[in-house]
Order: sequence, then structure tokens, then C-alpha cells
Amino acid sequence: MVVRPFWRYSLRTVALAYLAVLLIGPVVFIFIKTFEHGFETAWSYVTTPAAVSAFWLSVLIAAIAVPLNTIFGVGTAIVLIRSKARGRRLLDALIDIPFVVSPVIAGLALVLVYGINGWFGSWFADHGIQIIYAPAGMIIATVFVSLPFCVREVAPVLMEVGTEQEQAATTLGASSWQTFWRVTLPSIRQGVAYGVVLTTARALGEIGAVAVVSSNVLGSTVSLPLLVKYRTTTPGPGGITAAYATGTELAVMSLIVLLAMTLLSPQRKDAR
Amino acid sequence: MRIDAEAIYKRFGDEFVALDDVTLHVPEGSLTALLGPSGSGKSTLLRIMAGLETPDSGVVRIGGRDFTDARPQERGIGFVFQHYAAFTHMSVYDNVAFGLKIRKRPKAEVRAKVDELLELVGLTQWGGQRPHQLSGGQRQRMALARALAIEPRVLLLDEPFGALDANVRGELRRWLRRLHDEQHVTTVLVTHDQEEAMEVADTVAVMNKARIEQVGSPRDVYDRPATDFVMSFLGPISKVDGKLVRPHDVTIFLAEEPGTIEAMVKRVVHLGFEVRVEVEVPDGSRATAQLTRQRTEELELAAGDIVYIRPPSGSGPDTVRVADSAVGQTRTADPQST
Amino acid sequence: MLYLSVFVLIPVAAVIDKAFSTGLGDFWTSVSNSISRTALENTLVISLIVAVISAVMGTIVAWVLIRDEFPGKRLLNAIIDLPFALPTIVASLALLGLYGTGSPVGVNLALTKTIIGVALLFVTLPFVVRSVQPVLLEIDTEVEEAASSLGAANSVTFRRVVLPALRPAIVSGTALSFARCMGEYGSIVLLATKVPIASLIIYNDVESGTTQSAAGLSVALLVITLAILFGLRTWGSIRGR
Repeated sequence: MVVRPFWRYSLRTVALAYLAVLLIGPVVFIFIKTFEHGFETAWSYVTTPAAVSAFWLSVLIAAIAVPLNTIFGVGTAIVLIRSKARGRRLLDALIDIPFVVSPVIAGLALVLVYGINGWFGSWFADHGIQIIYAPAGMIIATVFVSLPFCVREVAPVLMEVGTEQEQAATTLGASSWQTFWRVTLPSIRQGVAYGVVLTTARALGEIGAVAVVSSNVLGSTVSLPLLVKYRTTTPGPGGITAAYATGTELAVMSLIVLLAMTLLSPQRKDAR
Repeated sequence: MRIDAEAIYKRFGDEFVALDDVTLHVPEGSLTALLGPSGSGKSTLLRIMAGLETPDSGVVRIGGRDFTDARPQERGIGFVFQHYAAFTHMSVYDNVAFGLKIRKRPKAEVRAKVDELLELVGLTQWGGQRPHQLSGGQRQRMALARALAIEPRVLLLDEPFGALDANVRGELRRWLRRLHDEQHVTTVLVTHDQEEAMEVADTVAVMNKARIEQVGSPRDVYDRPATDFVMSFLGPISKVDGKLVRPHDVTIFLAEEPGTIEAMVKRVVHLGFEVRVEVEVPDGSRATAQLTRQRTEELELAAGDIVYIRPPSGSGPDTVRVADSAVGQTRTADPQST
Repeated sequence: MLYLSVFVLIPVAAVIDKAFSTGLGDFWTSVSNSISRTALENTLVISLIVAVISAVMGTIVAWVLIRDEFPGKRLLNAIIDLPFALPTIVASLALLGLYGTGSPVGVNLALTKTIIGVALLFVTLPFVVRSVQPVLLEIDTEVEEAASSLGAANSVTFRRVVLPALRPAIVSGTALSFARCMGEYGSIVLLATKVPIASLIIYNDVESGTTQSAAGLSVALLVITLAILFGLRTWGSIRGR
């Protein structure tokens, strides 16, 4: 359609204004508030013992949850797209559960199952393993909420690539494993990479489920997002600036993730 | 190695029969074309030979051994796909080397073989490139090199030139024939282009609606078609006096002669090197005759002229055998025809 | 499948079980008491409004990003993913500071439903935009050109040619947005201290140990969400033909 200039500029203005108010404003604001009292101060809030352990806890959680969900994601995508197993439609619907269920409900669910009085909780307690109110629970919670991303990113790529290359590989003598490793996996690597990025972003930012599952003890079960919440609701000596500092720390981490997202998606979501 | 498909039956879903009791024997070292329209079953037959599909019943033998239940990896066949199926994330070199690498051949051997093949297909300078940097024709040559690298017993090509431009197709056709003359690998080629089949193959198997209608040399299937379908698929046809004939075998006279039918010239179309004359016979139906320019000038044909046409019937040097209108029936060779 | 069960299915089943564990009567009480009812109402209404606004604005943004040209467009397009990447709590913090008490911009939306709505708009922004963009990209502009050559005004072409093609994408993006809104926690936890919102009530219940009522409210929330999603999908596929 050839759009008259009036409409073009109006739409553009509306869109830009919306984005400015909603998106750009808040992010810029965070940065400003963080450095309101200078870089040194901000840095000091990032390097407190609680903050450092929160950082490493977040990293640990992501480091476990992301690979697990990636393997699951690729495997499930293959089952969904390539196999002829029955019940695929059901699997497809079930995968979206984490998208529909509120994270706090997820947290509640885990408490009910793995808590002391939970379905399996007693078994774990007897073996001295603590799930709920411990990092293990936070990991499980994070796996839950970030589960679908990899599957949903890999599946369409798998479908688009088609089976011809795999057929060619079999005619050339490759076993199933060789075909998967040398042909299938490389052909979907963009989808996998993007899926990993999304999963990581979600894992790092998760708060709803882990808030329920965490014991909120600084230094052991407080991840970075929980730290932000903590610092906002129970301001310590630094006041709200400490919260902003951690917020900026998270924002920087997410900008790195965002960069990865942008770099990995040019062929798919280009706004040319 | 020879490859044989015997009594192959294949059905997809509840309704669609792709192959109905098909038997084909491909002699060692030959280049056989499976020729037919879409849906005739030719690709399915090829894929069954390759092991990419399994027949509901029937046997596939390679070199005399039963391979019906074997997976594609175990058959030692080379397969070339219509859309190349190139490994897009590997270089041309790695594509060709793939089959050798997974067989864990020593590096030096792989390198020698790949270099040899790249030279054979004329892609030596392109070894480091990715498939998407190659033209369609180059990609297909790479696919061929890749298939040949594993020294297959049989080479199977599924409409290999279907995705290419017309002139590239012609080039590659001739190139394939030369390659075959040098390498002598038993080859089966699927195509819907009868010109391609005639130009490239030693033997043509004409397929239609899940059956093989005729197997023979290109000359055989053209000159001595076994059925109406084969005749109409392989070349131009015209219907005269209830019989199918080749337009270039219809003779035109200016005066009534024994065995002729009266007709009126409707159109004289000059196609450059030849002339097509469309005539209408008394019962209202139309027929076509094909003449040389010279002959047309001799007869001074123009629209509206009354002429007398004679379908071939055994007289004259270039008459062909005529297929009876009843489908599937064949007539014995006319003793006087060549 | 096993993986899925361990992490997802069994926990969800546990919630449902707990909700009814002390009987149907208790379940009903936990759902229909005034706090719960208000919370569910608020959550539903806000989610619906946000979903609609997000759908409209998301489509506009997608349109501008695909069909328009201006400097900085590529950068802007990249930023759309920011709500995906940014931890929700950070968004909550930012909005609290920017549009709440002591706001530099002179508005004070603290403790109102509006700021909750804004937070949800932030979070759901990418859903519709990213859903619509690829479809817009793929649309064959020749169809639009044909319509124009036949005399159709732009608004008509948009309504009858473009919009139907975009509808499935808009619907699926909206569905995702809606589901997200209903369950969202991180971006509103700092903003909704006085406004009852379902996810927050559930959280409080769990923290204070009344897990049964938390479970009851959870089930209610899920049922409503699924019902709306189902309705949305049905509506989408009916109109889609």
C-alpha cells in the first residue's frame, strides 16, 4: 500500500511515543538513578557480600537450568517434528504449560511436591537433601518456567530445514547418530542458539517461582532478582540506590543477552 | 552391479496405489531412465530401490543379493536429489568427503579421492566454498561427486535436472552421459522429460499410473510403442481414421489415391524448419500432418484446399507401427515396416 | 516425557490436589471470599484491557517497523526484545521510580491500577510485535497493489486484505500476552501493594502457610485463564476461515 504521508507520520509518532514512554524511559531512568550518587557508590552496592553471592547463585542456577532445558528442547523438537509417535499433539500442548501458569503457582506447586510435607518431600528429607528453601528448589523452579523456549525455537527451524539432507546422509552410509550429530544438529544450530539465549534470559530474570521456593536468606538463597526485591522492600543503608544498582547490574546482563538475541535473529525477524 | 525390483507393490494411505506389481531389471553398467508423468510411481520406485521407502510387497536385489529389508546405509547406493540436498553448513569439499569421513578413511586417502572427484565434475576451485555460493548446476555436480565418492554399486538420480534452467539442463544431460561412458556405474535416472530420457539413456522404462508400460531402447519405445500412452508420451501424435499416428508419417496428396481420406486444409503453420498442416476430415475431426518446407512448397498448400491424406500403413520407407486405439492392446509389427 | 513429568506435570497435579484437599466447600470459600474475588476480578479486567491495548499498539509498532523507514529503526527493532531479556523485577523498579511517588516526570501513579497496567504493557510488548512482524514481512504486496488498482481506499485494503492475513498472528500474540498478564508477578510486585492481584495474593498465602487457599485461588486463576485462551483460539479459528 502506498500510505499517505499524514498517516505515515502519525503512525510513526504514535509507535515511537509508545515505545519511548514504555520502554526507553524506564531503562534510561534506571541507569540515571543508579549513578545518581556516582559510580563508586553504585559499584560498592554491587560488590557487597550479599550481592556477590546473589550474582553467583543466579549464574549457577542458569548454568544448570539452561543446558538441561536445551537438551530437553532439542530432543522434544525432534520428537515433535520428526517422529511419528502418537500423543505428539498432547506433548505439544503440555509444553506450553509454563507459559500459561503463573510463576508463583509454579512455586507453590513445587512446594507441595518437594516440600517437607510434599508428595516426594519426605523421601528427599530422609536422604538429607533439601529442595525447597534451598538452591536446588530454585533450580527446579527455573527449569519449569524456562522449559518451553528451546523447544519452540528449534521446532520451526527443524521443520523448515526438512529431511532431505538427513536422507542424503543415510544414503551416504551415515548411522542415525552420525546423521544427527553431523547433519541435523548443525542445520538447526541457529534455532538452538536463539533458544539458549531466550532460556538464559528467562532463567536469569526469574523471580515469581523462586520467590516462593526460596528461604530469602541473604547469601544462600537470594538470587539477583530476589536481591532487588529485597533491597526495595527492606532498604538497608544504601536505600533504594542499592536496589537500583543491582537493577542496573541485571539490566547490563540482560543487554548482553539482548545483543546476542539481535545478532542471532537477523534472518528471521529483520525489520527491513 | 545390476539392480532388480520384482513385483513391487506400494500403497500410501488407504487410497493411493503408487506401484502396482512393478518389475524392472536394470543390467549392470547400463543407464536406465524411468520415464513418466507425475504420479506415475517412478520416484517411489527409485526410492524403494534406495531404501528410502519400503515396499508393501516385492523384492529388491542388488548384484543378485536380496536387499529389500536393508536400510539405505547398508545398500552401497548413491542417491542424487532433485533439490540437491546439499549439506548447507559444510564446504563443497566436506560435502564430497562426507561419505568417506564417516567410514573413517585415512585423511590422505580422503583428500586424494575428493580432489579426483572435484576435478572430474569440474569444481576444483570451488572446494572451499559453501553450497549456497554455487549455481544450481554446480550444486548438482557436487551432489553427484558426493554420491560417487563412496563408489556406489548403483547410482540413483531423482529428477536431477528438474530444478535447473533449460540450457543448464541440456549441458548437464550431455555431461552425465559422458560421465557414465567413462565411469560405467549402473545408473537409474528418473525423469518426466522424454527428450532427456531419449538423449541420455540406454534403456527407457515408461511408467504410467503405478505400472511399467514398456521397457526398451529409446528407438524402440519411440518407433514401436506398446500402448497408446507410450506413443503419446514419447512424441507428437495425431489421430487419423481412428488410429494414432505420428504427424510426420502422414502423407498428403493433391489427388485421390488408394487408401486416402479426403480432408480440407484448415491451417498451414510455418514453424521455421518444418510445417504443420492442420486438416479437417469429413466427420468433423481434426488431424495434423507434418511436412518439410520443400514438400509444402511443392504442394502449394493453402487454407481451404481440398487434399487427400494417407496414414502410414506399411507402404513407404518411413512408416511406423501404429498403436490401436484400444488402450493396452498392441499390434504385431507390420512386416514391411522398418 | 519423564523430564516433563518431573518438572512440570506432577507439580501441577499437586496444586490441583491441594486445592480440593480439604473438600469442595473449602475450595469454594477460598475462591469466593471478598479478597479472592476482588483479586480475580482485578486481574482479569486488567489483563483483558492490557491484552487489547497491547494487540493494537503491538500491531502498529510492527507495521511501523516493517513498512516505514527512518534512522535508528534497526536499533529500535532490537530494543523491542528488551522486555524479554530484562528481568521483570527491574522493570517494576523502573516504573515505580519513573511514574510513582517522587516521579521526575511529574506523574504519580503509585498504588493505582494504571501503573500495574503499564507494567503489564511493558512485559507484553514483544509478544504481538514479534508475532506480527514475520507475517507482515511475508505478505505479498502485490495483493495490496491489486486491491488499490481496483479502486480500494487504503483503509479498505487494510481491513479486507491485510488485517485478515495478520489475524492469526495477532490472535496468538494476544493469547500469549493475556496468559502472561494473568500470571505476572515480578513486574508488579513492587507496584501493587494496595491493589489485590491474584498472583500476589497467592504468594502471600504461601508465605503465610495457608497453602490450601493459595492452591484454591491458583486453580481458579488457571481455569479462568484457560477458558479465555480457549475462547480466543476458537474465535480466532472461526474468523480465520
